[in-house]
Amino acid sequence: MAISKEQMKDMYVKMRRIRDFESTAAKLFAEGKIPGFVHLYLGEEAIAPAVCECLRDDDFITSTHRGHGHIIAKGGDLNLMMAELFGRETGYCKGKGGSMHIADRDKGILGANGIVGAGHCIACGAGLSAKIRGTDQVCVCFFGDGSTNQGTFHESLNMASIWKLPIIFVCENNHYGISMSQDRHQAIKDVADRGAAYNIPGIAVDGNDPLAVYEAASEAVARARAGKGPTLLECKTYRQHGHFEGDPAIYKPKEEQAAWMEKDPMPRYAKFLVDNGVCTAEEVEAMDKQVAKEIDDAIAFADAQPIPSLESAVVDVYSDIVEEVRDR
Amino acid sequence: MKMMTYSEGIREGMSIRMREDPNVILFGEDVGAFGGCFGVSMGMINEFGPERVRDTPISEGAIIGCAVGAAATGLRPIAELMFCDFLTVGMDQLVNQAAKMRYMFGGKISMPMVVRLPAGAGTGAAAQHSQSLEAWLTHVPGLKVVYPSCAEDALGLMLSAIDDDNPVMYFENKTLMGVKGEVNSFDPIPLGKGKICRKGEDLSIITYGRQVYDALEAAEKLAQDGVSAEVIDLRSLYPLDKALIGETVSKTHKAIIITEEVKRGGFGGELSAIIAEEFFDYLDAPVVRIGALDTPVPFAPNLEQYYMPNAQDILAGAKKIL
Repeated sequence: MAISKEQMKDMYVKMRRIRDFESTAAKLFAEGKIPGFVHLYLGEEAIAPAVCECLRDDDFITSTHRGHGHIIAKGGDLNLMMAELFGRETGYCKGKGGSMHIADRDKGILGANGIVGAGHCIACGAGLSAKIRGTDQVCVCFFGDGSTNQGTFHESLNMASIWKLPIIFVCENNHYGISMSQDRHQAIKDVADRGAAYNIPGIAVDGNDPLAVYEAASEAVARARAGKGPTLLECKTYRQHGHFEGDPAIYKPKEEQAAWMEKDPMPRYAKFLVDNGVCTAEEVEAMDKQVAKEIDDAIAFADAQPIPSLESAVVDVYSDIVEEVRDR
Repeated sequence: MKMMTYSEGIREGMSIRMREDPNVILFGEDVGAFGGCFGVSMGMINEFGPERVRDTPISEGAIIGCAVGAAATGLRPIAELMFCDFLTVGMDQLVNQAAKMRYMFGGKISMPMVVRLPAGAGTGAAAQHSQSLEAWLTHVPGLKVVYPSCAEDALGLMLSAIDDDNPVMYFENKTLMGVKGEVNSFDPIPLGKGKICRKGEDLSIITYGRQVYDALEAAEKLAQDGVSAEVIDLRSLYPLDKALIGETVSKTHKAIIITEEVKRGGFGGELSAIIAEEFFDYLDAPVVRIGALDTPVPFAPNLEQYYMPNAQDILAGAKKIL
């Protein structure tokens, strides 16, 4: 599907938003501003913005523990995200979810997820729901290579295939399941090969090239929307940081890291835009500035928000039971 | 009034809502033409079609997860696990996903789903197809748990379970499937409301599921000895009708709790603790707690019978405290 210049620029802005959000989260985590864990999307920015460029607002996504990029790409609000990372009452989840559990139902974001391999099954439910309700919504299921060894991956691809569910399974193959490199955790090079087992298309693309991702994803989305069933789309990329912040990633060979840094999607795509006349270097700079301000604003917003009231701890366990859960 | 079996009560509950609401669907292993392993959904595929009464592959994780995703996006799914023992295979989707999404996401996602869980021993199905795992689920904030004992409650609790915006775990006892009972009402039975099955003054037998029948049998025998036992069917384990437990204990001052699960870490222990914490002053004797033998469920019919708690155990328990 042909991509317009506006879309190309839109993808850049989203990639830049993710890069800056994540770099900022790394810094704030190191400073002790963010409690808990953060798993960053640094290095993988070309994927979610390109995939989500093919989606409508009413389409769904499922995400992972490394979910900030997916949420930003699907239109998540930076202020509410940052406030949630800070554990504030006005954050996306009222301070009850944190980095790993951000969701926005109105934007079709069915949640980041702390359990590796959990999103696949949930995506099947969203796909089935679209089918039963008779809409042409689709669901993108983002996941890493590590999750493709979970039973749920196989259960879900099978279920989606036999029921022709409108799902795009997007494997962000960053070549590591925590510390275990792909060549140690599975005996295949291309996760896409696993599509064959379920009689669905399995396509592998350069996950650091947003245009390659966009091209493959737009075809997969069109296929899903037309009722032709799921696609397994593998985007090969690299996790530039450790598994979570604080992991020095001593298990990653230096040469490997250096080689992938050469393929960093951010400078590469910025150069592409300028070289191909999509926009000028000044325009890129202006987009960068605009995003930098958004991030500054998000930090300022988050910082000014109240911490949750202790009263709020008992709310939303159930839709209708509050008092009883106060018992301890 | 209509006579119905327990399984017909479950089926009628599902069918009533499926007729009213196209977003209510049923799926699970062999629920379609096969009619479900215990025949509960027999014929439903003819009325509602294979899209809404949907056979799934043998994939419990995907079955429960599919219910989670469907519930989050506008359906009101009913997922059947063929045996509650198979919860083990899909537990993540239930405990980490269904139960926690509303809370983790700050109330932004609703989770109107029912998981049907055929449970219990007495069918010669041995250790992996006979367990009573309700305590695993009552332990999890975010889940509701019901366990009907008769056709009318099966129907009314199913209506409420489907209507609820939270994940409701609906236990159904396999040995009760063919038990007939009067259905006088086709209305929802609110979750969290137990009932008095037999009024009494001297002793309370608090239970649910199949053991309601053991309790009624024991109460009948006790009556012959001049002891008036009250039988409470909790029906709903979470939310729990603590008020009813308080009322009966304050009246009889003696409580026997009988459940089919093994006692260790069981729901019976929870009931016992609630009575000790909240109603201790009413008690004239220690709470008697009865469960199954503390083993996996054995296969041979005599061993299985020996494993299961029964009316005799209640009579023996009553003797200790009367």
